[in-house]
Amino acid sequence: MNRAPAIEVAGLDVAFGRGRRAFRAVRDASFSVTAGSSFGLVGESGSGKTTVLRALAGLLPPAARFRGELRLHGGLLRPARSRALRRRLQLVFQDPYGSLHPRHTVDRILGEPARVHGLDSIDRRTVAALADVGLDPSFRFRFPHQLSGGQRQRIAIARALIIEPAVVLLDEPTSALDVSVQAEILNLLQRLRREYALTFVLVSHDLAVVSHMCEALAVMRAGEVVETVSVDALRADTLQHRYSRQLLQAAQGYRSTAAGMPPAER
Amino acid sequence: MSAVRAWLLVDVPRSRWQARCQRFFFAWLAFRQNAGAVAGLAIVGTLVAAALLAPWIAGSTGVVPDLGNRLQPPSGAFWFGTDELGRDIFDRIVWGSRITLYIVGLVTLIVVPIGLAVGVVAGYVGGWLDGALMRLTDIFLAFPRLILALAFVAALGPGLENAVLAIALTAWSPYARIARAEALTLRHSDFILAARSQGIPHHQILAGHVAPMCISSVIVRLTLDMAGIILTAAGLGFLGLGAQPPTPEWGAMIALGRDYLLDQWWVPAFPGLAILVVSLGFNLLGDGLRDVLDPKSRS
Repeated sequence: MNRAPAIEVAGLDVAFGRGRRAFRAVRDASFSVTAGSSFGLVGESGSGKTTVLRALAGLLPPAARFRGELRLHGGLLRPARSRALRRRLQLVFQDPYGSLHPRHTVDRILGEPARVHGLDSIDRRTVAALADVGLDPSFRFRFPHQLSGGQRQRIAIARALIIEPAVVLLDEPTSALDVSVQAEILNLLQRLRREYALTFVLVSHDLAVVSHMCEALAVMRAGEVVETVSVDALRADTLQHRYSRQLLQAAQGYRSTAAGMPPAER
Repeated sequence: MSAVRAWLLVDVPRSRWQARCQRFFFAWLAFRQNAGAVAGLAIVGTLVAAALLAPWIAGSTGVVPDLGNRLQPPSGAFWFGTDELGRDIFDRIVWGSRITLYIVGLVTLIVVPIGLAVGVVAGYVGGWLDGALMRLTDIFLAFPRLILALAFVAALGPGLENAVLAIALTAWSPYARIARAEALTLRHSDFILAARSQGIPHHQILAGHVAPMCISSVIVRLTLDMAGIILTAAGLGFLGLGAQPPTPEWGAMIALGRDYLLDQWWVPAFPGLAILVVSLGFNLLGDGLRDVLDPKSRS
């Protein structure tokens, strides 16, 4: 693949707080994401992967200081950005129970962003967006508390897609969901990516999810990108960095234990 | 009736309007469980009905003296007796409900928008604006309410409008504090971040996303404050700084009846009773609304 990169992150540094008590959440992170592909960011909790995503989405708190360059299809991304730029980069949150406004109907949740960006035929778009995520039009006038977790996450995905973004940032989109629903949501995301030629950046601590969804991934630890590899390398077990191998081993160990086989016998 | 009920209880609402009605209906079902709250609603409802229907309920205008019937005790003809000028106290209380409602309504109209706007902006924007707005709120919060109202009325002259203005000026600050506290917790919630990442303009987030989440605690606080507002208005009336005679304002009626407290107890007692009942009604209503509206107190 020698297509142009959709997302470029170069020397990203994010710090919270000032002076000696400053905490560097991300240290000199660099990677790039090919247009139309899916890129995974993996690492344990606190490794800075969500902070990278928030920096891309322009949602860092004002107290955060950040250096480095973020580019979307070659154009520079700054913390303060125009509405048109925000439209091209959408975010799906981890917790579908917190990411939908509890007092808004699905109709408003989907219709408001479309209206703000001056799109036409909002009614038709709303119904189409529901259909895209596999929901019946009857869901349109429900409130979030009348929906299940999986349905809420589908609404959150529909909300991100209704304004036709180029890149979707996924912050652990399935980790708050029931195991039985996780696969459905992942397959839905795969299908939508193909249909709309989207670029995904997926944050996850689950290597199985990343290897299912992504073509390439970056392993993060303590705010640093320790290794950027293709998923084939992950599958072929040819990871270079010691920490990445540990992470993979931990995941495999977990899986074989779950299958009823102690890790030592593998 | 059952068709309406079925329409309200249907699982899948078919329109925006139905979804909204449903929400109010469910809130009403929860509200109905609380006997005290229903009693409060009945009292406030009676107050509103009395104010609306005053010309039909009251036999007189309540302001024309009838010196032949001075200080009559309560009887079949004069339910609550008559005052020192022979005016029917029941009629005056009924007409006075209009004034009470006028005070309560005007204070609400001034206090809620100001308090909500100041608090929501301070909490959402944060930084130096938050500091500036909150110090301003602190200044108003630090004034003793009745003293400031007294000074205000003394400067602008006695009268109902000035009394209302004085009360409103001292009453908005707690609402700003409540709204700010709510906005602070909301500012970093995922659904507000989602709205920001979608490029929804800040003023629209404030009005459409943050404010609706703050308004329920403001409404609860308002109904609980109503008793205090009525009492302050009555206090100003009692001191002669609120409504001027012959307006049948309840506090002013007590002030005039004070001279007859020992021998003709009914002159100050019935307006006092009216103030008590209405204050109690608003308090009970506020308690019930808090149970329904405030998600934090829900178990």
